[in-house]
Amino acid sequence: MVELEEAHMSALNVIDLRTHGRGPYSLSIAPGECVSLRGDSGSGKSLLLRAITDLDPHDGQVLLDDISRTQFTAPQWRKQVALLPAESQWWQDEVGAHFSAEACPWLEPLGFGAETMHWQVSRLSSGEKQRLALARILMNKPRILLLDEPTASLDNDNVLAVEKLIEKYRCDTAAAVLWVSHDAQQAARVGDRHLQLTTDGIREYTP
Amino acid sequence: MITLSTVDLSLAAGLVLAMAALSWRMQLGLSGQLLIAGTRTVVQLLLIGLVLKALFANVDLLWVTGISLVMLLAAGREVMARQQRRFTGWWGFGMGTGAMFISSFAITVLALTTMVATDPWYDPQYAVPLLGMLLGNTMSGIALALDRLTTTAWQQRAIIEQRLMLGATRLDAIAEIRREAMRSGMMPIINSMAAAGLVSLPGMMTGQILAGSPPLEAVKYQILIMFLISAGTGFGVTAALWLASKRLFDDRHRLRLDKLTGPRN
Repeated sequence: MVELEEAHMSALNVIDLRTHGRGPYSLSIAPGECVSLRGDSGSGKSLLLRAITDLDPHDGQVLLDDISRTQFTAPQWRKQVALLPAESQWWQDEVGAHFSAEACPWLEPLGFGAETMHWQVSRLSSGEKQRLALARILMNKPRILLLDEPTASLDNDNVLAVEKLIEKYRCDTAAAVLWVSHDAQQAARVGDRHLQLTTDGIREYTP
Repeated sequence: MITLSTVDLSLAAGLVLAMAALSWRMQLGLSGQLLIAGTRTVVQLLLIGLVLKALFANVDLLWVTGISLVMLLAAGREVMARQQRRFTGWWGFGMGTGAMFISSFAITVLALTTMVATDPWYDPQYAVPLLGMLLGNTMSGIALALDRLTTTAWQQRAIIEQRLMLGATRLDAIAEIRREAMRSGMMPIINSMAAAGLVSLPGMMTGQILAGSPPLEAVKYQILIMFLISAGTGFGVTAALWLASKRLFDDRHRLRLDKLTGPRN
């Protein structure tokens, strides 16, 4: 009985979500599971992720560990159900000003050192920004990671480093991951299951 | 006091006409605007002169309240007109007007009942000019601050949303922008207090001296007015920015730029 309940439990549960005239979308991800998401450009992948992290008004229900979104304040929710957008934003001069005072354990596996915190944001490459944005969002210790093309501007070695880090984070914390990727090979590599998004729904496919 | 005759004013009008003629010769395209604005000055000021004359002759709280509301609504419209992107619907007008009402009216009533202590407290000879000066300055401050807040929020929406994504509250996400907006709303009055007497002789004081008041009496009034204006502008801008930055988000801390109208050309 206990096992059955556990099997039913999902880390993230999206039920009949509608946003910007699209949907309804339903999906669920188990703790520690990584699900890939693909869809033509303009099919609304980013809008779906924005609605799940509650940045856009939407209809439908979203649950975290079977607890409704409405039970959380919006800032609490976004720390737990974290969105890593395709393009990260930086508003201070130094990288470190965007991080809390506690040491960031994710710098080293992403190829950075402690001195990175003193780097000027204006001199970061797009790839560096993308990796540092991942380190920054992981500092919130999210339960759910919504990743929007997290390796789009990275070279091969760094793509693998990011994939490895996310897998390690997922295994250590039983976090659930929804990973938007254009790259079919990457989707096959990282995803336990695979979803395809259209303007009126989501269906599962086997690559 | 030396009263001005029609001839005196005609001479001054002649200067404006000469300038308009020069502008026409130089093809500056200003002469039309200059003449229309000049005519408006004459008509509008004569009208308000007549209104004030009637008002002073019949000291009545109802009439004072009436003209105060007209002034407030005109200032509210002006704040709205100076926004690049204003809030949609009733808020576009109500936000600035409400903030001006709270600050300017409260401070004017306070000054009339305690500092100037006229009898009755709503004596229009004091109430209307005081409220006018407060409204005029608060209006500029609020218009500047709101415009700064909304245009910056529009330009920096990606940054605001990034901060929300990282778990910031709506107040944290817009704190710097709000501070900047507060500064730009308060700068004019701070500058004019700092420059008063050195760079410029404030208009009200100059007027009183021209009308024959002893300079030190005029100075005391000017100091009072400047303090009232800076407090009134400060409270008004704070209230307007508080309302506006709340209104830019919804209760789920989402940035809602759909509550702003498109840019004005």
